[in-house]
Amino acid sequence: MKFSKPGASVALVAVASLALSACSSPGASSSGPVDVSLWTHAAGNPAEIALIEELTTAFNESQSEYAVSIEDLPQASYNDAIVGAAAAGDLPCILDVDGPVMPAWAYAGYLAPLTVDSAVEESLIGGVKGYYDDTLYSVGLYDAATAIVTRESILSEFGIRVPTVDEPWTGEEFDAALATLQSSGEFENALDMGTGWTGEWYPYAFSPFLQSFGGDLIDRDSFETAEGVLNGPEAIAWGEWWQGLFEQGYVSTKESADRERFAEGTVAMQFNGIWAAKTAADTFDDVLFLPTPDFGAGAKIGAASWQWGISSACENPEAAQAWIDFALQKEWLVRFSNETGNIPATAEAAAESDLFQPGSPYLQFVENSATLALIRPATPAYPVIAKVFEKAAADIMNGADVQRALDAAVDEINADLAANNYYE
Amino acid sequence: MDTTRPPRAGAHRTRRAEARFGLAAIAPAALLLLIFLVIPTLLAFALSFTNAKLIAQGAPEFVGIQNFQRLLGVEIATVDVERDASGAIERGDDGEPVYPSARELQAEADPVLKKSELGSWQSGDASSKTYLLVGDPIFWKALLNTFLFVIVVVPVQAGLALALALFVNLRMRGSNLFRTVIFIPVVTSMVVVSILWLFMYQRDGLINQVLASVIPGYEFVDWLANPQTALPSIIVMSIWQAVGFHMIIWLSGLQTIPGELYEAARLDGAGAWRRFTSVTWPGLRHTAVFVLITITIAALGLFVQINVMTQGGPLDSTQTLVFHAFTAGYGKQQMGYGSAIAVVFFVLVLTISLIQRRLTREKD
Repeated sequence: MKFSKPGASVALVAVASLALSACSSPGASSSGPVDVSLWTHAAGNPAEIALIEELTTAFNESQSEYAVSIEDLPQASYNDAIVGAAAAGDLPCILDVDGPVMPAWAYAGYLAPLTVDSAVEESLIGGVKGYYDDTLYSVGLYDAATAIVTRESILSEFGIRVPTVDEPWTGEEFDAALATLQSSGEFENALDMGTGWTGEWYPYAFSPFLQSFGGDLIDRDSFETAEGVLNGPEAIAWGEWWQGLFEQGYVSTKESADRERFAEGTVAMQFNGIWAAKTAADTFDDVLFLPTPDFGAGAKIGAASWQWGISSACENPEAAQAWIDFALQKEWLVRFSNETGNIPATAEAAAESDLFQPGSPYLQFVENSATLALIRPATPAYPVIAKVFEKAAADIMNGADVQRALDAAVDEINADLAANNYYE
Repeated sequence: MDTTRPPRAGAHRTRRAEARFGLAAIAPAALLLLIFLVIPTLLAFALSFTNAKLIAQGAPEFVGIQNFQRLLGVEIATVDVERDASGAIERGDDGEPVYPSARELQAEADPVLKKSELGSWQSGDASSKTYLLVGDPIFWKALLNTFLFVIVVVPVQAGLALALALFVNLRMRGSNLFRTVIFIPVVTSMVVVSILWLFMYQRDGLINQVLASVIPGYEFVDWLANPQTALPSIIVMSIWQAVGFHMIIWLSGLQTIPGELYEAARLDGAGAWRRFTSVTWPGLRHTAVFVLITITIAALGLFVQINVMTQGGPLDSTQTLVFHAFTAGYGKQQMGYGSAIAVVFFVLVLTISLIQRRLTREKD
């Protein structure tokens, strides 16, 4: 999954990992290659960590100057481990970072800018490039994307048009489709939004709907206020639509985290990420992945997954940069896509990937990512904004007054911005 | 000690050696307490007066009592109803009189210390409206929820544990097995227990299924998704989880009461109830104080269940003080503000414990 969940044992693991890293602090031996440390969040993902290991081994064998050594940490406590390491002055050289969190780390001075070859930078898709302050700080080897998942047989049975990115459902069309599916009585709920996934899923998955209504999390021109953007008329319209989904029973407020109801047939549609696409495709042979509806300001989905950066504490930034350049080669981008099921970082890699060949239903994710994706606001305030938005969306879902919930969210975001001198 | 005899030459040295051994014996525990309890507590006090962030540029700055002002700030403001040119009361589309909103009142306030509405009342003739404005509405909701939790959990859990202990103490056949079964949830991690109950409380979960099979025409309840049932659901599951621990404490207390007392009471013709009120209960006095204080402190610290099961929702119905401090400090990375919540919580727990200690002290 491409979003982090707060773990209960966060602190303990962070302490433990600190202790571990303290024992393995890099010591450059006089002879042989220089040790370069790398931390990744991928400990819980066997396919990804195996690939990172293989990539690193290949890199180490490709030259004799540096030897990159991997430390893999569980995702739930990864960010805390980095924060702890930064406080202790013990950051690794190469590290991966969740896209929307990157600006906070860059602002705090954890990260050093990247120097990727401009032709390579040009070839990368938007969602894998992490810019803050017009500076490239991180690049991803793949991106994630979301889509509405349903079955062709369901849409044709109820006479619902199959949308495309050029002609997505309008808001009214989407609501009418939900009403039809719900009133058919064939499903407990028309749609599964994944409301049981707490944490980063809420802003990643649901704020694009707000943006499609014309609202946003923060004013992206100044990054100094959320007033009028998160509580303006467009945002209120989103809030009322969002609340209506639950009031009308189209969506359940407390989905279970396993999200098996689409496979069980008790919901007609599911809004989910690319990581769940294979399960859906294996279950139904007429599965459809669709673009999100357009509520007036264009259809939108979230962008940016985990990306790689270089820490400011790195003594051999050229080695870290060399590792990243090595990883950005087409063969590795193809393999990351093939083996993790994610969207390749370049169009050339997509052309050679297994999953995204013409005719494949997965191709819709690439299309969604290329045309609908909007990066979460690149501001150091994002971790706060994400939490505040999560609470506002959950409160509205549970019946709170829309205007008051969004006003409260704006006040809290603006308070954080003011308390931090607008992150200047 | 016999003071008439002059001290032997070696006695002094022996005592010093004993003292040294004593210090060495407590050193490991003292060191751990210092590192993991004393220093973090002092740090929290210090951080609560700063604007420390988890991910920050530069060192934290001293901000005085700003965090406490934001946390504890309360203000009562009265506004007059909006009137049109003729002086008639303006009414909205729903026919209700229109007042300036609480947010309008606070528009000019410092963004950090801006207060929001916790509640409001209209005057009888609708000419004015009074707002209760607070710096942090979630704090007050969390405070209320935490107290509700404590007020229900302390007597029910203590009482239930005592009843179970009395039952187990009868030493009937199978009471060992019973005792073990009751104790199993205690040795199971709270996170695991919370996840299990999360499934049980689901719409199609075990609890609804069982109730549906017993009650005809039962309508399924989404226990944790409903603001009315979420906190009671957490209360029930929390009582169940820790009741075994307190049962064991009561049981140890029961076993310190000498059997002769019961024998004597029986000879005096005391019935079962009289034996309980005159022998058992007085004999359990110290145990009762211990159980009362430990349950109160544990209940005030309600966190894991909330973090795993509800995240404080729906609609803040399960916000608690510790969860609020955690969300502020870790989730929103405002360590200074989170520390301020923790300090207020610390003072609160200390006060309640001291009051309890005073009320339950021996009166000689």
